[in-house]
Amino acid sequence: MLTDKDRIFTNLYGQHDFGLKGAKSRGDWDATKEILAKGRDWIINEIKTSGLRGRGGAGFSTGMKWSFMPKEVGSRPHFLVVNADEGEPGTCKDREILRHDPHKLVEGCLIAGFAVQAHAAYIYVRGEFYNEALHLQAAIDQAREAGLIGKNACGSGWDFEVYVHRGMGAYVCGEESALIESLEGKKGQPRLKPPFPAGIGLYGCPTTVNNVESIAVVPTIARRGAAWFSSFGRPNNAGTKLFCISGHVNKPCNVEESMSIPLRELIEKHAGGVRGGWDNLLGVIPGGSSVPVLTKDICDNVLMDFDALREVRSGLGTAAVIVMDKSTDIVKAIARLSYFYKHESCGQCTPCREGTGWMWRMMERMVTGEAELEEIDMLDEVTRQVEGHTICALGDAAAWPIQGLIRSFRPEMERRILARRSARL
Amino acid sequence: MSFHREEPKDFAFSTENLAKAKSIVAKYPEGKSRSAVMPLLDLAQRQIGGWLPRIAMDYVAQYLGLDPIKVYEVANFYTMYNKKPVGENHVQVCTNLPCWLRGSDQVVSACKKTLGIGIGETTQDGKFTLSEVECAGACVNAPVAAINDDYFEDLDEASITRVLEAIKKGEKPKLGPQNGRMNSAPIGGPTTLKGEG
Repeated sequence: MLTDKDRIFTNLYGQHDFGLKGAKSRGDWDATKEILAKGRDWIINEIKTSGLRGRGGAGFSTGMKWSFMPKEVGSRPHFLVVNADEGEPGTCKDREILRHDPHKLVEGCLIAGFAVQAHAAYIYVRGEFYNEALHLQAAIDQAREAGLIGKNACGSGWDFEVYVHRGMGAYVCGEESALIESLEGKKGQPRLKPPFPAGIGLYGCPTTVNNVESIAVVPTIARRGAAWFSSFGRPNNAGTKLFCISGHVNKPCNVEESMSIPLRELIEKHAGGVRGGWDNLLGVIPGGSSVPVLTKDICDNVLMDFDALREVRSGLGTAAVIVMDKSTDIVKAIARLSYFYKHESCGQCTPCREGTGWMWRMMERMVTGEAELEEIDMLDEVTRQVEGHTICALGDAAAWPIQGLIRSFRPEMERRILARRSARL
Repeated sequence: MSFHREEPKDFAFSTENLAKAKSIVAKYPEGKSRSAVMPLLDLAQRQIGGWLPRIAMDYVAQYLGLDPIKVYEVANFYTMYNKKPVGENHVQVCTNLPCWLRGSDQVVSACKKTLGIGIGETTQDGKFTLSEVECAGACVNAPVAAINDDYFEDLDEASITRVLEAIKKGEKPKLGPQNGRMNSAPIGGPTTLKGEG
């Protein structure tokens, strides 16, 4: 069980001062110079061995990502870009870091930036987080004034600047190459990969893009050690993690817990349990809107980590747990997500541009039962024609919730169609 | 609706915003001032009072030395640039799944009732515009509505009505959770971080 002394985000709820003084009292910016003095190979290796996997949803090894950057800085400068375009329905963890613990992020930028030999970091904050961006900017200004960033940051000899760039409302900009396009002042449409950002990223320069939470945990890992971090969670699923528990629970909340915590324990211990009791549970979307819904029998025992959720054909994603009790119209719930993906498709790839609209319209008919039974299979087939056939994962993200619905709640879809048909006759 | 504002005949940054624009451009490497197009459009939108007429896009294009089409593309891609005038208070109710599960339909209908307008409409006095938006990213505090830059959370029919009535009277209602909880901690008090910080 995770105890407070092992929690990284000790100001998660904004109980304390978010500013430099408060942050220092919580251990931030403590001997950062010594961490940097250990050198970039030590830092990258420590993050690699800590087992930290990217907290933005994909779960790729953060240390490994850093090691893809060129070893020598050539004619093109290196950049660090932080993805704070939090917008995956269900997810609201980075918001807490931005507004309540921004110094963890700024210090993390310095350590990560130094490790990948960048002199500048751009933090791309979703536009709606206006007040959150003000807190972050205040933290940056404080850090700069205190000499923690800027010229000779922390007395390390490394020059480092951190800039905030606000988005203006586009979910797709959470995809790293779309984010880079947006940062360059263009429409946020994803780029073909390869080349990957580590080779050709922002302004055509080597770039590392990391999620807010991934960067914000770096200073604590560097201080307390890789072994400490990896002591939480199962092998290959290391660390502590911010979970967002929303929907039909008695006490929705954000909480930092150990990876691999059982889903049921997470909900009952921190979110006051499912509304009406555990047996009133219909299903859970365990990792943000893009991942398939789990039925109650799976929720009874599943662990909250990358591998366990993949084994049940869903995913940890952003660890945003959306709970639905038996009062939920599950078909309508998934149709709402289909509308979202249609709304957010950037329009670049035909399967996604056309497919998201097609899938949403089909889902609307499934809600009322105004469909034929064989159209369930047709819908499933179309999701598979979208999935994997687009430049970025938005097409996949639109397909998976529907696939999950058909897999887990097909009888309910059929029931509606049959009920509608018998009403017609 | 009769609410209508004329497209302004000309636009230029105020002296204060000219200084801001300069410091925004300075955030990006030399020769990369195109990166400033989004923040500058936002600056223009704020100066005008919440929307972005074409003349402001042209101004930003000229300011950055860009072809106007490159600015139009950006202005039309991102949802937070309002291409039509909006009221003084832009009420943006999230209706995505986590908010819907906790009653965003009731919040929307309370807004319609209190303001006397539908989605996408503006009150005759120009004080309020009502919009439905996609995930606001505050899902554990659902349902959520943003009014201009501020989030109002843990809403229900009564509390959103109270918030809107207060704004009508020129008051500044308290931001954040409307049910007395501390930010995103569980209601009734956190289950973690209970010691001194």
